[in-house]
Amino acid sequence: MQRQVALIKQSLFDQGYLDEQFMELEELQDDANPNFVEEVATLYFKDSARLINNIDQALERGSFDFNRLDSYMHQFKGSSTSIGASKVKTECTMFREYCRAGNAEGCLRTFKQLKKEHATLRKKLEQYFQASKR
Amino acid sequence: MDKGFSPVGLRVLVVDDDPTWLKILEKMLKKCSYEVTTCGLAREALRLLRERKDGFDIVISDVNMPDMDGFKLLEHVGLELDLPVIMMSVDGETKRVMKGVQHGACDYLLKPIRMKELKIIWQHVLRKKLQEVRDIEGCYEVGADWFTRNDEAHYLGGGEDVSFGKKRKDFEFEKKLLQDESDPSSSSKKARVVWSFELHQKFVNAVNQIGCDHKAGPKKILDLMNVPWLTRENVASHLQKYRLYLSRLEKGKELKCYSGGVRNMDSPPKDAEFSSGHQSPGKSSYVYSGGSSLVHKAETDPKQLASSSVSDPSSDVHMPPKGKKKRIEFEPPISSSVFDSLLPWSDVPDPLESKPQILFESSFLQQQPLLPSQSPYVVASAPTLMEQEMKPSYETCVNADEFLMPQNKNSTVINQDVSLSTPSAISCMKLQESSSNVNNDTESILRSLNWELPESHHSGFIDTDLDFSWLHGEHLLANTGLQNFQFQDYSSSSSLLSELPPHLWFGNDRLPEPDEYTLMVDHGLFIS
Repeated sequence: MQRQVALIKQSLFDQGYLDEQFMELEELQDDANPNFVEEVATLYFKDSARLINNIDQALERGSFDFNRLDSYMHQFKGSSTSIGASKVKTECTMFREYCRAGNAEGCLRTFKQLKKEHATLRKKLEQYFQASKR
Repeated sequence: MDKGFSPVGLRVLVVDDDPTWLKILEKMLKKCSYEVTTCGLAREALRLLRERKDGFDIVISDVNMPDMDGFKLLEHVGLELDLPVIMMSVDGETKRVMKGVQHGACDYLLKPIRMKELKIIWQHVLRKKLQEVRDIEGCYEVGADWFTRNDEAHYLGGGEDVSFGKKRKDFEFEKKLLQDESDPSSSSKKARVVWSFELHQKFVNAVNQIGCDHKAGPKKILDLMNVPWLTRENVASHLQKYRLYLSRLEKGKELKCYSGGVRNMDSPPKDAEFSSGHQSPGKSSYVYSGGSSLVHKAETDPKQLASSSVSDPSSDVHMPPKGKKKRIEFEPPISSSVFDSLLPWSDVPDPLESKPQILFESSFLQQQPLLPSQSPYVVASAPTLMEQEMKPSYETCVNADEFLMPQNKNSTVINQDVSLSTPSAISCMKLQESSSNVNNDTESILRSLNWELPESHHSGFIDTDLDFSWLHGEHLLANTGLQNFQFQDYSSSSSLLSELPPHLWFGNDRLPEPDEYTLMVDHGLFIS
């Protein structure tokens, strides 16, 4: 099991889903907080779901208030750096670029991709945490 | 992990609307053995701070928060509570960082934040404390001496009684003050005076009335001002700063010619705010030394920038030595706290800047052989941020009217760079005997703060480091704890934290991020 856990983790890094921040979190985990990383990840996904929702609604309105969108994304990006969600972060940056360029189409496209990456990461991390518990 | 020293129990308030980061930061700070309080809302944070006036040592806050702008919070904290504030953000954009500096942040960390960066936040607290101690009459006396005499020989080790640029008696005076500081019942502890614009106007009028401000003594000024609650000491320290400010003005005019090039090359949009014809003496020269290479590199390679500016003696004639002098006297130029109480965004040039300037010129020139050893050290002192983002500050207007205005915040940043080079120069000139004095004072400062002193620092901490830092330029590099700071494109081991004596900076081998470094800015506040 340990080996499988290690493999899952390694692939997450290799494929660029996670960056060093995740490792930093693991270093913070100790006897006082034995499930620290998982707790943080759970918190992240809960909070980021809320942020994604905000952005979804803003986009659905169709008014494309780029400043507001950028602001939401800034928040989201900050949050995503907390667990080292690398791919998600990249999409965030791209989204913000489109916001600055006033490119609605680009925003929509990027956001779709972002949600995909976010969901993928969530699934993979769930697998990882489950495996490490066994 | 790292052998840095961090005081146990430092009381930190973390403010961030992101619950994930709040949790992570709390854990990280706890690992540093700090006492952590978290807060998800800015208003809540302010309430907490006001409720427990002396309950916190430092505040770390995110820039983007829903209920209140992080900068606003920063202002409030600075104004009302005079606590060091560190800003955080995922956004390292020049403009934002600049804004942080202007609003009085003593550092600006980029997310994701590393343990190393948190491990050294205590240095900001210490620096502020040191500044408070510095804010005493003794400084004034020394300052006045430097001012009027402009006597480099004095600093170049000419006089036996000179200890790190200060007279022995001043050291004694300060020692006494430090002792008083740690004694809560001591009556010599003065309340902070906020030099409002009106008050300063009265001051200036009084000085002008007396005539040549060099002859104006605090007593006379105090009498003329006719402000019952003001003490002679308040006036004295304010006078000192004022003189430094004037001196810098003069210097600035000399160096005005240097400003053009750099500004054109690398001017963030905000330049307009700052440029106004005057030059902050120290800064301009520092930045411009090295010419265009400096500018080009500004964006990409702060290190190079710093070294090019430093390693070019010929153009560095006017390099502001400032910071170092201060450091030697336990007077870190970073005085964000001081002015924050006056104006949150105050960025008055550090009062002591001009002092070292005078010194430095001669010592610098005479110490050229030291430069090579210094340069790595100085390199660190020129964070990209500083060059890139602080450039506008070079053009900061330093007007008499704006003595109190937040103009030269950045200037102090720049000056810090220079200060790095100074220590080596001066330290080599400096007397060995002073080191022991310094040792004692550092210890007493730390003791008064009730912080644990590292029993066994990796390099002997106070004593050894002091000796090293003060007497050996190269060692400044080795012992500098600045390495904790992230530093973009940075690979040399120089110390960015020019303001604090090197031995007070511990940490790992990481250099400050330009962004972060710049924020360890000496806002040069004028408060007495």
